[in-house]
Amino acid sequence: MDLTVGPIAFFWDAARVRAFYAGLARAPVARGVIGEWVCSKRLPFWQGEIPGAVEALAQAGKEVALSTLTLITLRRERRQTEDLFGTGLPVEIADMGALKYLPEGAPFWVGPTVNVYNEGTLEWLARRGARRVCLPPELPMASVARLARAGQDAGVAVEVWGHGRAPLAISGRCYHARLHDRAKDSCQFVCGDDPDGRNVDTLDGQPFLTVNGVQTLGRAVTTALPHVAALRDAGVSALRLSPQVGDFGALAAVYARALAGAEPAPMDVLRGLMPEASFADGFLAGMAGAQLSPEAG
Amino acid sequence: MMELVCPAGTPAALRAAVEAGAHAVYCGFADETNARNFPGLNFSRDEMAAGIAHAHARGAKVLVAINTFPRAGEAGLWHRAVADAAAAGADAVILADVGLLAHAAGAHPGLRLHLSVQAAAANADAINFYAETFGVRRVVLPRVLTVAEIAAINRETDCETEVFVFGGLCVMAEGRCSLSSYATGLSPNMNGVCSPASHVDYAERDGAQEARLGGFLIHRTPRGMSVPYPTLCKGCFTAPGGAQKAQTGHIFEDPVSLDATDLIPALEKAGVRALKIEGRQRSRAYVAQVVQAFRAAVEAAGSGAPMPHGILARLTEGQAATTGAYAKTWR
Repeated sequence: MDLTVGPIAFFWDAARVRAFYAGLARAPVARGVIGEWVCSKRLPFWQGEIPGAVEALAQAGKEVALSTLTLITLRRERRQTEDLFGTGLPVEIADMGALKYLPEGAPFWVGPTVNVYNEGTLEWLARRGARRVCLPPELPMASVARLARAGQDAGVAVEVWGHGRAPLAISGRCYHARLHDRAKDSCQFVCGDDPDGRNVDTLDGQPFLTVNGVQTLGRAVTTALPHVAALRDAGVSALRLSPQVGDFGALAAVYARALAGAEPAPMDVLRGLMPEASFADGFLAGMAGAQLSPEAG
Repeated sequence: MMELVCPAGTPAALRAAVEAGAHAVYCGFADETNARNFPGLNFSRDEMAAGIAHAHARGAKVLVAINTFPRAGEAGLWHRAVADAAAAGADAVILADVGLLAHAAGAHPGLRLHLSVQAAAANADAINFYAETFGVRRVVLPRVLTVAEIAAINRETDCETEVFVFGGLCVMAEGRCSLSSYATGLSPNMNGVCSPASHVDYAERDGAQEARLGGFLIHRTPRGMSVPYPTLCKGCFTAPGGAQKAQTGHIFEDPVSLDATDLIPALEKAGVRALKIEGRQRSRAYVAQVVQAFRAAVEAAGSGAPMPHGILARLTEGQAATTGAYAKTWR
């Protein structure tokens, strides 16, 4: 098992993006997925960083793919998607509709916002040329195990959401703009004020969700750490880490040591790295996604 | 005239919808294969066959929704649902999962396929992909598009489009939302339920009424006021300040429902083939009233007459209505 780093979910400025990928080149991860995943309005502000980021990861011997948007609606977004398939790099589709642009026989990856819930869908994607599939975060271990086996038979590497606030929903409406009494078209890029997203609590103060523009994420940091052994036994080939603010290299190192069996109490180390965070593994444990299972200790 | 596609959670609602003028009725089997898997709702195999015969005898179609995502290792349940719908004479099946679409296209080549809103095909390329790959004949559009965007889609595809005009309103792209399973462990995609009643708790605390979902507080109203059902995305939450001002309110959407009656002529002009009414969980009486009103509206639209106004005031009384994403400012 190894580590994949997914696309940056949040609206980071160019300097932060550059620093992130420079650091990631030195981190113990096998591959990275780069691209605007959430809102096409953000892309002009940081797309100049993409070639350098690809170069930095490739020079460090890591695999690189480019991500599509999660929800493709506008003509401009459709053109941008089509252009990705012309770069020569593998494309990770985040919206099933992106397959319309896939050149015949070209290999591709599938991100966690594409609905791969069963063997029939996985096998169909494999026949179309899928090489890697990151499963939707809401799947329980029983489904993960079956899909990992089907992936091995079909020659598809199956990944599981390993670390980060889980992507729960995508909308036509921008909730960040709505929080500022604005519409999406006049958002003034307020999501850029919150590099880990904007917290949403219940009225009685319970941390609940995270708003990130048109995307809604969980508030707890979803982690697969309590399930590493079971995932490995099931044949899962990688954990996916989602970029966040802070010392991401140190975070990746905890997961790398856990995969190598060299970290006896990985959850304790993780808690030490993120003392403010709450963690969840409910989806994998077959519970509500926001919950933390007893296995997490 | 545009086709009016109406909900039926029970055989009685199916008959009521047909009686009230539905061109087509959509319904599902009583299990996890459909996205309204509520207790006491939906059709047995015999009821489905009888319902289809009843509708066909009166010139109406029946579309069978098999629009959850099959669970790994148990796709047989979903494959049987498709086969049984075909055998019962369904005019189409409404599917969302790619694996199930591939199966249906291969195993039942004569069966008409509609793409469920749960597949969230939100642009012409995605729709054409499903049409070319699986022979999908109609797509139910996700509720993230404006009328102008729907018109643009229809100019670029030969696949028929169907849009929601009335009833419950998803604010997220349908079929791509795990909010419910994050709070309760049960989701539309996997279990055919959203914000399920089994995980709802009402209580009174400090003089206020509270509605919780999976332990999370979704609504709090003063005693004496009615407390809405705790559908997660319609809840009242707070976004604490930090750099910004703290905000409290309906951060995702107010407790509103969709009413696009006034947009029916614009939707027809945009090339929409069918109008869909949400509400398989609704009573027979509700279905009859709504269907009757919308049948009059599509006939008016077809002949260029103005939309009958306030036809559904009784049914939306006390609840705000919105035209949702059809108006660009909603975003």
